[in-house]
Amino acid sequence: MRRPSAPTPALAALGFGMAFLYIPILVLIGYSFNASALVTVWGGFSVAWYGRLLHNRQVLDAALLSLEVGAAAATCAVVLGLVAAIALVRIPKFRFRFLLAGMIHAPLVVPEIITGITLLLLFVSMGQMFGWPKHRDFLTIVLAHISFCMAYVTVTVLPRVASADLDLEEAAMDLGAGRLRAFTEITLPIIAPALLSAWLLCFTLSLDDLVISSFVAGPGSSTLPMVIYSKVKLGVSPDMNALASLVILAVSTGVGCAGWLMRRADQRRIKDMNLASAESRLGV
Amino acid sequence: MPNSLRGQSHWLLILPPLLFLCIFFLIPFAFAFKISFADSTIAIPPFTKLLGATPDGHFTLTATLENYRYLVTDKVYILSYIFSLRTAFFSTLLCLLLGYPMAYGIARSSRGTQNILLLLVILPFWTSFLLRVYALEGIISEHGLLNRLLLWVGVINQPLRIMHTTLAVYIGIVYSYLPFMVLPLYATLEKLDTTLLEAAADLGTPAWRAFLDITLPLSMPGIIAGSMLVLIPAIGEFVIPALLGGPDSLMIGRVLWDEFFDNHNWPVASAVATAFLILLVGPVALYQHYQMKEAAA
Repeated sequence: MRRPSAPTPALAALGFGMAFLYIPILVLIGYSFNASALVTVWGGFSVAWYGRLLHNRQVLDAALLSLEVGAAAATCAVVLGLVAAIALVRIPKFRFRFLLAGMIHAPLVVPEIITGITLLLLFVSMGQMFGWPKHRDFLTIVLAHISFCMAYVTVTVLPRVASADLDLEEAAMDLGAGRLRAFTEITLPIIAPALLSAWLLCFTLSLDDLVISSFVAGPGSSTLPMVIYSKVKLGVSPDMNALASLVILAVSTGVGCAGWLMRRADQRRIKDMNLASAESRLGV
Repeated sequence: MPNSLRGQSHWLLILPPLLFLCIFFLIPFAFAFKISFADSTIAIPPFTKLLGATPDGHFTLTATLENYRYLVTDKVYILSYIFSLRTAFFSTLLCLLLGYPMAYGIARSSRGTQNILLLLVILPFWTSFLLRVYALEGIISEHGLLNRLLLWVGVINQPLRIMHTTLAVYIGIVYSYLPFMVLPLYATLEKLDTTLLEAAADLGTPAWRAFLDITLPLSMPGIIAGSMLVLIPAIGEFVIPALLGGPDSLMIGRVLWDEFFDNHNWPVASAVATAFLILLVGPVALYQHYQMKEAAA
């Protein structure tokens, strides 16, 4: 079927929208190579800001902390979110089901600033009552990030868990596999792509979070967005241009690789399917 | 296998996420609610205890409604709430006006082009939100690209003041949330049955009429989903008004932040958070209602 082509206004809006999305980023990348610290002057091509960035201990420490927090929070959120999705799909009725479903979906609509304040009040009150947590550091940031990332995991993974074929697991159990083994060997590989994309989503959300981290991080533990915020709040800062360019480069490479891998996997699956159907036709 | 054992093993699945969310999502709200009735003091932490004990073993309860009275009497809270709603509403509208034709254009292009365009729309979402808002500064600031271009062309004689105004907040919200508007709109427009449009064209309906009578009503679910995905986070937005807005762009997220970090008034901040959450229930309930209807259809 041929689709009717888009009318001119739609194409014009598409062009404008893409320009609107990309020009600021391209300009920023351009500025990152400007030898002058002033945006009004082009002082020639230079990579000096990149060099300065790589020697900035504050930025490097913050980046390392953010990566660690992101990896830890994404991993825990994927495990907890998957368990919640399985519980919601496979157990039709249980006490507190409504509560669990509500708490899974609510973080998606509660503003970050409120999540941040309430979590800080929790940590402070717990510190008063039980003497834990003594300091707000890595652990409190990770716990806060898990709690807002989990919702995204459950929401993305739930449809996949729901569509996974239970008969296959039951067949495996009939053949002597335990419940856990049947799950890990049959259903887990099927939902693995969804888990991977959920992990990446959580990792990105965690790396990107400024508001919640600002509340639950203690004085000694600044994440990368906190350092970036304190710098750009004061106006244009050339080493942040360099940092932004590096982030954009990393993300584009990552997305490009993911796209290529997915396409390759698709092609292989198609080839496998063709092979399988050919084999079955030949009666092999 | 006895059924009871299965019933018990189910709790192995239910309890970990349930307990985690209770402790790190639900109970924090209870603390915020509690502290919203406390007095602020100069101490660590900066609020008084509600429950106390006298030396002879009696419990005392000291709670105050002062923080809530403050919310109603000090105009800044009500004004900033209204300002947040208004800013979020108009930015959502702008986002829709730009996002709809974009999604329409994507849905009508060839399969291969569609994938590339979708990738281009999603890609900014994976880069840092904060750095993207900062990137916008290079365009709209006094010496930014836009002003220099307009001055060069000769449309204006002196630079436009966009940075640190409410207009900059609008631009920032549209810029940051555009992907959230385009994706659900694309999803509904892509599924749209084009034979209806062909039938309308065969019957002599002009294209604009067919758009208003067929395409627009059928894409309503996408419009609602996209608008809610922009509106709800925009109401509580902090980064955009803080970096791009002026001193008068008092959005509720920013007021809360200042109350907490600059004034150290945790009880009032807790009361603002509690009130804000209650006021947010309206739009969210509306969204859930449409989602349910959508799921049922």
